[in-house]
Amino acid sequence: MDKVFISGNHCIAEAAIRAGCRCYFGYPITPQNELGEYMAENMRKSGGVFLQSESETAAINMVIGAASTGARVMTSSSSPGVSLKQEGLSFLAGFEFPAVIVNMMRGGPGLGNIAPAQGDYFQSTRGGGHGDYRTPVLAPASVQELADLTVKAFDLADKYRTPILLLGDGMMGQMKEPVVFPEPVSDFPEKPWALRGRGDGPSRYQASLILDGLAMERHNWKLVRKYKEMAEQETRFELYMMDDADFAVVAYGTTARIAKGAIKRARKDGLKVGLIRPITLYPFPDKILQKVAQQIKNFLVFEMSTGQMVEDVRLALANERAVIDFHGRPGGIIPTPIEFSRVIHRYYRRM
Amino acid sequence: MSKKDKVFTVKVRRDFCKGCGLCIEFCKKEVLAASPKLNRMGYNPAEAVNSAACIGCLMCTQMCPDLAIEVYSG
Amino acid sequence: MELINKWPEYHKKDVVSHYCPGCGHGIVHRIVAELLEEMDLGKKAYLVCPAGCAVLAYLYLDFDIIESAHGRGTAIATGAKRANPDLFVISYQGDGDLSAIGTAETIHSANRGENICVIFINNAVYGMTGGQMAPTSLLGQSTMTSPMGRNPEVDGYPLHITDVVAQFPGVAYAERVTVSSPAGVKKTKKAIRNAFLTQQEGLGYSIVEVLSPCPTNWKMDPVTACKWVDNEMTKEYKPGLLTDKREEKRKEKG
Repeated sequence: MDKVFISGNHCIAEAAIRAGCRCYFGYPITPQNELGEYMAENMRKSGGVFLQSESETAAINMVIGAASTGARVMTSSSSPGVSLKQEGLSFLAGFEFPAVIVNMMRGGPGLGNIAPAQGDYFQSTRGGGHGDYRTPVLAPASVQELADLTVKAFDLADKYRTPILLLGDGMMGQMKEPVVFPEPVSDFPEKPWALRGRGDGPSRYQASLILDGLAMERHNWKLVRKYKEMAEQETRFELYMMDDADFAVVAYGTTARIAKGAIKRARKDGLKVGLIRPITLYPFPDKILQKVAQQIKNFLVFEMSTGQMVEDVRLALANERAVIDFHGRPGGIIPTPIEFSRVIHRYYRRM
Repeated sequence: MSKKDKVFTVKVRRDFCKGCGLCIEFCKKEVLAASPKLNRMGYNPAEAVNSAACIGCLMCTQMCPDLAIEVYSG
Repeated sequence: MELINKWPEYHKKDVVSHYCPGCGHGIVHRIVAELLEEMDLGKKAYLVCPAGCAVLAYLYLDFDIIESAHGRGTAIATGAKRANPDLFVISYQGDGDLSAIGTAETIHSANRGENICVIFINNAVYGMTGGQMAPTSLLGQSTMTSPMGRNPEVDGYPLHITDVVAQFPGVAYAERVTVSSPAGVKKTKKAIRNAFLTQQEGLGYSIVEVLSPCPTNWKMDPVTACKWVDNEMTKEYKPGLLTDKREEKRKEKG
C-alpha cells in the first residue's frame, strides 16, 4: 500500500475501519471532531454503523451494546467528554467487553481549552471510573503509530476482553504525516461469550452486578491477573539514543516527539542524553526503567501536565538510587524543542 | 363436551407462593383461600379449597406474579 | 389431567423470584416469556434489564440478557440492535430508570425511531432503593423522600414521559396498560404483542407503559395496591393507546 498524507484523527478512523471496526458511536467535541466525521462518511459507505449519539454517556453505552454482541466497536472524544464516558468504561471493564476508546486530550480542568495537553494521564491509567479496575492505555507519538496502535488496540481488546484507551492529544489528532496503512484485517477471533440470541443453546447473560462478596472479590482478582498478564506480554516502549546515554528523559506521545528534537540539539552540544518513551502507559514499562537505572542515575520526566506520569516513574524507581526531576507545561502550552533542550542543559549540568 | 361441563383441578405449588392473595381476590368462584399453614418461605400460601367450582377462566394464573398456580382440565 | 397453563419455554422453572409478594414484575416477566414463545422470537431475543428491582431478571427469564447501568437501557439496546439487526431487542426499564436518570436516552432513542421495544414499568416510586419519590410519583403521594406527600411547589409534577415520546414521528406504537386486574393483564399482553409485532415488522420504536403495583414501598397489602393502581394511578396516567403509527410506517416503507 502507498503512503497517504493524512491527519491523526482521520488516520485513527481509517485504521479502525481496516481493523474491522463495524460500529462507531460518538459525540462532537474539539479537538477530535474529524474522527467522527471521517467515520460518518466512510463507515456507512462500507456497511458499518455510524451513529452520532445524544451524549457521551449514551455513546459509551451504545458501545457496550454493540460490544456485547461481539462487534468490533469504537468511540472517541476529548477530555471533558471522556470524563462523561467513565461510567461506561467501568461497566466495560466489569463486563469484560472489548472496545477501543480514543481520548484526544485537551487543556483542563473543566472545559479548559482545546489545545494539546496531557492532563488525563491519571484518569486514563488509574481506572478513571468507579470500582477496582484499570484500563490498558496506548500512547502513540506519530501518525503512523496512530494507525499501527489503533489496529493493535482492537487486537488487545479482543484478546484480553477489556476496553483499551488510545491516548493522544490535540496535536496528535490535528497533525498530518505520511502513513502506510496496514492491510484490512479479515480474520477475527471467535467470541463465544457474545450475546447473539440463545438460538438452540442455553441462554446467557452478562451482568456486572455481583451481589455475593466472595464472587465480587474473585472477579476483581481475575481482572488483576489479566492486567498482570498484559504487563508481562504487552508492555511496550521505545529507547532513543540510549546506548551511550548517561542521562535519560522520560516522555510519551507529543512530548516524546518534542524531547527527541531537544535531545538532538543537546547531543550536538555533547550532552549524552537519551529518551525512554513509554508506549503503553498502563501497563507501565517499569522494568526497562529499572534496567536503565543500573547504569543511569539521572532521569528527567517531561510532560504537558503538572506532573502525572512522573509518579509512575518514581514508583518504578522506588528501590533504585535515582534522581528524578520533572519539567511540565500544562494548560495547552506546547513547549518547543529549543525550550526543552535548555531544560535538559540545566538538569544535565546539575548532575 | 362444552367448556361448562369440563372439570378442572387447581393446584398451588405451595413453596413457590408468596401469599400475595391476588388469585384469591380475583377468583370469582372462591376456589382459592389462604392456607393456615406457613410454607417454607414463611408465607401463608394460597391453596385450592374448592377445585370443583373452577371454571378454568385462568384469572388466577393471569394474576399470579410467581407462576405458582397450575390449572388442569379433566 | 392436562395442564392448561403450560409453563412458558423462555421462563426458568423452579426458581423463586426475589420480587416482593404482589409485585407486578413477575406478571410482566411471564407475559414477555409467553409472547416470545408464541411469536417464536425467543431464540434471537436480547433483553436489557435495568438497574432497579428487575436487575436480576436474567435469573428468571431464559433467553439472552444484559444488565444496564441506571438509565442507559435504550442506549445499550440501540448499540446491540444497530450492530446486530437480527436480534430482537427489548429494553425493560422502571420509572426512575427511564424517566429520571435515563431521560435523554429515552427521548433520543424514541426520536431516532430505533427499532426496539421498550417495556416501561411505572410504579410511581423507586423500588429497589427503598421507596423514594420518582418523577412519576403522584401529587400528594407519600414516599421516603416526600414524607409529607409530593408537593408540586418543591417536587414538581408527575412526569408523563410516554405521552411525550408518543408525539415523536419515530415512535410507531405506544400504549399504557395496567397489571392490577385480569382485564388489565390481558390488555398488557395485547399491547406488548403489538409492540413486538412493531419491531418484527421493522416499523420502529414501540413502548408499553405498565402501571404496576409496588405493595412494599406503597406500604399496602397486594390487593389494596392493585386497587390503588386502578383508582388513583389511572387518574393521573390514563390507560389506553397513545399512538399507533404502524399503518403510516408501513406505507413509508412501501
